[in-house]
Amino acid sequence: MIIQGDTGDWEIVIGLEVHAQVISNAKLFSGAATAFGAEPNDQVSFVDAGFPGMLPVINEKCVEQAVRTGLGLKAQINLTSVFARKNYFYADLPQGYQISQYDMPIVGEGTLLIDLPDGSTRAIGIERLHLEQDAGKSIHDMHPSKSYIDLNRSGVALMEIVSKPDMRSPEEAGAYLTKLRTILRYLETCDGNMQEGSMRCDANVSVRPVGSTELRTRCEIKNVNSIRFVQQAIEFEARRHIDVYENGGEIKQETRLFDSVKGETRSMRSKEHAHDYRYFPDPDLLPLVVSQDLVDSIQATLPELPDEKKARFMAEYGLNAYDAGVMVAEKDSAEFFEGVAKGRDGKTAANWVMGDFFATMNSDAKYTWTNPPVTAENLGKMIDLIKDGTISTRLAKDVFIFMVESGKDPATIVEEKGLKQVTDTGAIEKAIDEVFAANPDKVAEVKGGKDKLMGWFVGQVMKATQGKANPGMLNELIAKKFKE
Amino acid sequence: MSLDKAAVRAIAELARIEVRDEELDHLAGELSGILHFVEQLAEVNTDGVQPMSSVADLTLPMRKDVVTDGGQFAAVLANAPDGVVEDQGGFFTVPKVVE
Amino acid sequence: MSELTKLTIAQARDKMAKGEFTAVELTEAHIKAMEAKRNLGAYIVETPDLAREQAKASDLRRQAGQAGALEGIPLGIKDLFCTKGVQTTAASHILEGFKPQYESTVSGKLLDAGSVMLGKLNLDEFAMGSSNMTSYFGKVTNPWKSKSDAAKQLVPGGSSGGSAAAVAARIAMGATGTDTGGSIRQPAAFCGITGIKPTYGRCSRWGVVAFASSLDQPGPMARDVRDCAIMLGAMAGHDSKDSTSAPMAVPNFEAALTGDIRGLKVGIPKEYRPDGLSDEIQQVWEQGIEWLKAAGATPVEITLPHTKYALPTYYIVAPAEASSNLARYDGVRFGLRVEGSSLDDMYKKTRAAGFGPEVRRRIMIGTYVLSAGYYDAYYSKAQKVRRLIADDFKKAFETVDVILTPTAPSAAFGMDENTDDPVTMWLNDVFTIPTSLAGLPGLSLPAGLNADGLPLGLQLIGRPFDEETVFKVAGVMESAAGFTATPEGV
Repeated sequence: MIIQGDTGDWEIVIGLEVHAQVISNAKLFSGAATAFGAEPNDQVSFVDAGFPGMLPVINEKCVEQAVRTGLGLKAQINLTSVFARKNYFYADLPQGYQISQYDMPIVGEGTLLIDLPDGSTRAIGIERLHLEQDAGKSIHDMHPSKSYIDLNRSGVALMEIVSKPDMRSPEEAGAYLTKLRTILRYLETCDGNMQEGSMRCDANVSVRPVGSTELRTRCEIKNVNSIRFVQQAIEFEARRHIDVYENGGEIKQETRLFDSVKGETRSMRSKEHAHDYRYFPDPDLLPLVVSQDLVDSIQATLPELPDEKKARFMAEYGLNAYDAGVMVAEKDSAEFFEGVAKGRDGKTAANWVMGDFFATMNSDAKYTWTNPPVTAENLGKMIDLIKDGTISTRLAKDVFIFMVESGKDPATIVEEKGLKQVTDTGAIEKAIDEVFAANPDKVAEVKGGKDKLMGWFVGQVMKATQGKANPGMLNELIAKKFKE
Repeated sequence: MSLDKAAVRAIAELARIEVRDEELDHLAGELSGILHFVEQLAEVNTDGVQPMSSVADLTLPMRKDVVTDGGQFAAVLANAPDGVVEDQGGFFTVPKVVE
Repeated sequence: MSELTKLTIAQARDKMAKGEFTAVELTEAHIKAMEAKRNLGAYIVETPDLAREQAKASDLRRQAGQAGALEGIPLGIKDLFCTKGVQTTAASHILEGFKPQYESTVSGKLLDAGSVMLGKLNLDEFAMGSSNMTSYFGKVTNPWKSKSDAAKQLVPGGSSGGSAAAVAARIAMGATGTDTGGSIRQPAAFCGITGIKPTYGRCSRWGVVAFASSLDQPGPMARDVRDCAIMLGAMAGHDSKDSTSAPMAVPNFEAALTGDIRGLKVGIPKEYRPDGLSDEIQQVWEQGIEWLKAAGATPVEITLPHTKYALPTYYIVAPAEASSNLARYDGVRFGLRVEGSSLDDMYKKTRAAGFGPEVRRRIMIGTYVLSAGYYDAYYSKAQKVRRLIADDFKKAFETVDVILTPTAPSAAFGMDENTDDPVTMWLNDVFTIPTSLAGLPGLSLPAGLNADGLPLGLQLIGRPFDEETVFKVAGVMESAAGFTATPEGV
């Protein structure tokens, strides 16, 4: 995206830091639970609350999840990594430091392919992924002069996934987040729920004149809780930078907060202090060593990831890039599609899934992937009925509605409702004869060369057969009749 | 390295320890003396030596992903200086923070 | 002074096993002694009621045939160990009133072994000091008196000064200590008792208020080598709650006291003989070498070339870790809070009021050496030198089995002496710090008295996890020394 300023064209440089909450039962360094929505301070061990003498012991599942995510991002896995303390004071940081990874993260460089609206893809570099503890939660609006502290989240495992500054537009940032979320959900290492805060994004934004390769001062926009807001925040911030530069000012490197109501970013007062995190290796923890065997065994259990699945859907089912992209956006939708398409015509399956099925799915919150309006099996069988001529595509729309209502097998519905299409030549010819007999003037017009009226005859005969006439046969027989 | 008053003030700020202005000179002298003492390490040749962050010749042990702790908010809050359990609904409190 | 308080742990154990007296009687005798010697300032909190309860329960266990290794033995616990429901302060105002809802692994193991807790022992604030003069709860006085000046108040050493004084004054049969740079060994030497800092990782740090995590190590302090061996057996062992705890079996340390050290090679490091080392220290060290020779061991001169850099290394590493470990004392969840106009103001006021000068000084030095632009020159450099110091020992232990050195460069000094300059004060730990940096076991035992009638200690250093050899050699030296002197009034 190029922004036209008063002095020329500008481009945006965006890097994203995503904090993804690791799916695990217990916290990164304690045995307290991670579930969302508990009573305040009830999922807290003395370790999480930074009590005197408490020591961290790492949860093996969190390590495995980080490796799994790294493999999913086609990234370097560092068999030896080191936990370091990031020292700073904050109300919801009980230890006075966050246990994180600094110069030796568990995962190094990788790549993520973003899918753009035109069907093309672009590779965005992953700088690193490291494990760290989450902080607690400060609540500022419950008391006039106090902030309240809930430590339930304190110590929950996060993966900080840092991109390279490779994105050039809010759309690309959105595509990155969407894709990352998809991959994490495929891997089942993070549920990707931005509303509940299990996936949070900080955006680093700077601008530069088009053609320049410099990296200008960036601002970090903290904790924006939806993809749409991330995009809004980036756009606002980029325009702010351009305004400042074009008015002869300088951008100050700082942390900013996005106000989603006003749609603007502002400087964070609590982050005004110069940061000096004084990282050093955590002496309570030893170097984290994962074996190549463990990495290999995790690799062996990786699911087919969205990019591979998309490529396969295109090759195997003949989908275009866009449709394939839609299908693989969720593991569940991809599985559903494949349940419908397997052994059938892919394009027909895609049309039904993306058309009637998605429309119905989205029409009512009661529908979920575990409770879909129609099962993949039934939708597939319905397509079979179209293919073998039992029902027409037109009738199939009715069958689909009956399936949603009753949950019944399509063959049963066709049987019960008498929706089987008429393929008996005699019956169709009889209906044609009746329509011809009732409309001699129109027959004459067609015969006089008014071909457009042919469609009207098809419609009349279809009506006379309650839509059950096989459309192909009907067309053929009517044409034949006129030639007589 | 000798520290001046401004440096001491900055360190105290980072460490969140209030230091009165009249203490700064004395502290600067004391801390500078300590730094001077430890700076004799500069004469040791440490080329190619790996920093030793632990003497334990082990790698990190791991715990299973099982919930074994928590569910004890009263114990966690028992020592809170504000006495928060009854009147604050299970939260710790701090002076109001403006973000 | 009751006869019962004169017993060692081993003697009391054996006599109780024979039914000569009960844990309740033994505990009462110590409670009485403890109350009579409050002037020493050894205890921050006395827990006589709890001790009586525990003693009663101990006698019942013994009757039921379930006596543990320390059944009915009254001990003092350094106030750095978190004790469930009993105030734990680290001798700091900032933790005043803090009652942990959990029991440290080591103090828990001692209770499991049947021991009785008499109370929480004084120490230097957050274990930072060598004189026990930095405690918020008052100085500890060494029960020993100088012959030349009986009115002079002597320090017990530190940081485990309360522990050392209590054992020396017979107001605890044994005590827990912790040692970061000499905090068990130096006060043991000053108070004429025995103490061992085990190999780093031998005893769990879980529930011990942290000073410098890569150095801190709990250990026993007691009347003699055997008592230390008995106590360490109960305190040691792998703890899955401490990631740096060693997954190693605990040997029977008491069984190592065979008295036979023939053929052992004893390293005598030449760097521990700096210019200006006092004659009395020099002499007691020579005496120690003679005892070992007489018992059939061979002294071998060794070199530990980086010794002189141990002190500056320690005074970067320990404050750096401490500055981070002590960040949690912020007035939010426990301990002292001084209200302020903002969160930062509350932090600063709380920490200024809660920490004493030595602690504040070390936090600030530690903050500085970790800060941007200085990390490499100070912290990273110190960690590299630390490796060189550890390598010195590794090399020495290729040829010797144990190393003998003085514990401290002097006997206990007066409370009014050399406390102004922090660096001078730190020199007390010059012989104990290298061992701490290398994580090795180090034991101090009393070897004799100086001309002023004050005890002097010798230090034995062993290979990692070879406390058994250290105990064995210490046992032989103890017999040779025949150290029976006690402070006045004991």
